[in-house]
Amino acid sequence: METRDRQLTPELFQPAGLGSQDAEKIAGPSIGFWGDAWRRLRKNRVALVSAALILVLIALAVLGPYLTPYTSDGQDLSRQFRGPSLSGFWFGTDNFGRSMFDRVWEGTRVSLYIAFLATALDLGIGMFYGAISAYNGGRIDNIMQRVVEVLVGIPNLVLIILLMLIFDPGILSITIAIAFTGWTSTARLIRGQVLRLKEQEFFLASRALGAGSPRLILKHLIPNVLYIVIITLMFTVPSAIFFEAFLSFIGLGIQVPDASLGALINEGAREMRFYPHLLVFPAIVLCLLTISFRLLGDGLRDALDPRMRK
Amino acid sequence: MLRYTLKRLVNAFVILFIIASVSWLLMQFLPGSPFNDDKLTDEAKAQLEAKYGLDDPLLVQYARYMGNLARGDLGNSYAYNGTPVVDIVLGKRLAVSAFLGAQALIVGTLIGILLGAIAAMRHNSFWDRFSATLSVLGVSVPSFVLAPLLQYWLAFKAGIFPIALFESWWHSVLPSAVLAIAVGAVVATYTRAEMLEVFGQDYVTLAKAKGLSRVAVVTRHVLRNSMIPLVTILVPLAAALLTGTLVVETVFSIPGIGEQFVRSIFVNDYSVIMGTTLLFAVFFVASYLIQDILYGIIDPRIRLAGTRE
Repeated sequence: METRDRQLTPELFQPAGLGSQDAEKIAGPSIGFWGDAWRRLRKNRVALVSAALILVLIALAVLGPYLTPYTSDGQDLSRQFRGPSLSGFWFGTDNFGRSMFDRVWEGTRVSLYIAFLATALDLGIGMFYGAISAYNGGRIDNIMQRVVEVLVGIPNLVLIILLMLIFDPGILSITIAIAFTGWTSTARLIRGQVLRLKEQEFFLASRALGAGSPRLILKHLIPNVLYIVIITLMFTVPSAIFFEAFLSFIGLGIQVPDASLGALINEGAREMRFYPHLLVFPAIVLCLLTISFRLLGDGLRDALDPRMRK
Repeated sequence: MLRYTLKRLVNAFVILFIIASVSWLLMQFLPGSPFNDDKLTDEAKAQLEAKYGLDDPLLVQYARYMGNLARGDLGNSYAYNGTPVVDIVLGKRLAVSAFLGAQALIVGTLIGILLGAIAAMRHNSFWDRFSATLSVLGVSVPSFVLAPLLQYWLAFKAGIFPIALFESWWHSVLPSAVLAIAVGAVVATYTRAEMLEVFGQDYVTLAKAKGLSRVAVVTRHVLRNSMIPLVTILVPLAAALLTGTLVVETVFSIPGIGEQFVRSIFVNDYSVIMGTTLLFAVFFVASYLIQDILYGIIDPRIRLAGTRE
């Protein structure tokens, strides 16, 4: 009603003072790739909860054993197979009377240690190999790719089992076996991305301006493959945790008295009928770890590479 | 197509050859010899080694090993009084494992397609989230956690299923279910992603515009076209099944090949371990081969290029 009665005066129709050059002005602050990704990730509640959960689990793996007056290897046959209780042993005790709370978090620490180390090796080798292969191109690329092709054809599981048979099972040998079979897929991913980047105009422009290999690699290639590395990291860690646990389960992994989550689950599965707490606690921790890494990985992929979102 | 298939076939054999050579090489590194008895004198040991050809040059031994392998002779088991490994690996146990695996594969794939299809058709709905949660759980909860837990709840506590062993079909339900969950989770994730992709295609819009019913659009256009790339998951499925059978057979004490393998590891029965590992290798390489050939049939561009990226 009000608008209809309003008087239209010529003053209302003055130019707003926007020149042609102002049309090109960028009004908002520049956010950048990582800021943009963070804004997308922040909205993803599932990913944030997973990240928090991972931090809590890592903290417990480091600090957990110090929270109780007991130790993971303190045996006492007078307190075998106690059930979990709030006043005594939070997660109960095992067949030697050892505190399961301490054993579970020590096992988590071993599992995480193997997973992170294997992932670092896997990504390090894969990135290096893939980048060199793609950056050089030509005959070097050809030879390096034939090697990868043969390695990819050898099934991971078979190779890991063979490697575990000759090496004495231990933290280092498991790590090497897992990394040894994992790096080929990383190398292929990185190679693909670097090949794509090499074709792009900004790369050509930089090269035309006289940039040498170090600058091209450090300034243009690495920042542009970093997001792939982060996404791969998030999916490699849970699969390394899984492989380690699987090896421990079939008897090729961590040997007693050391324990990883897989070894604890294996022990627990045997006593499960009468003392289910021996199985349930390590199983819950293992599942929480793998699920949250996967969900965070999904979230990061959506945030860093929105085109991948389905 | 024939050329491409032959190329893949040769490739597969090369890889099998490499695996066999590597496993022979690894066997040379293994600690101990078959004649570790303290009562044996040095002469007797030398005689035995001569009898089994262990004093020949390594190359001769290698050639003999490969020759035996080509004739299907994998040596004898140390733990089973010299039973030929081939009889252990390819006997009744393989049939049991194959039955479990096949049953899980069929059921798991059907459930996976169903879940994935529902999720894609009701994109961003409750059912989509429900199916996504199930798939994440199915992929993340490993078989060695799932198998003991199901055994505890459904067999021991509730008494619905037998706890272990393999005497009737009823015994195979729980182990197959554990395997099928892993398979279903993988299939559901891929089916959903693939169907969402196909839903956005022009020919689907055209089919809708022609006035086809929703059922017809989904079954005749979307589902058929999204099934094709399912070939991609053949190898991951094979891996999931194999790790699964190793665990499931051990947990449920099923006399299959996986249980045999785990037991051989515990008693260091190297010749059986090697034989089984080679069998696994053949299984994997065969799935790679089938995948590559199916790729070639589906996508002529791959066939012409000769390799897949």
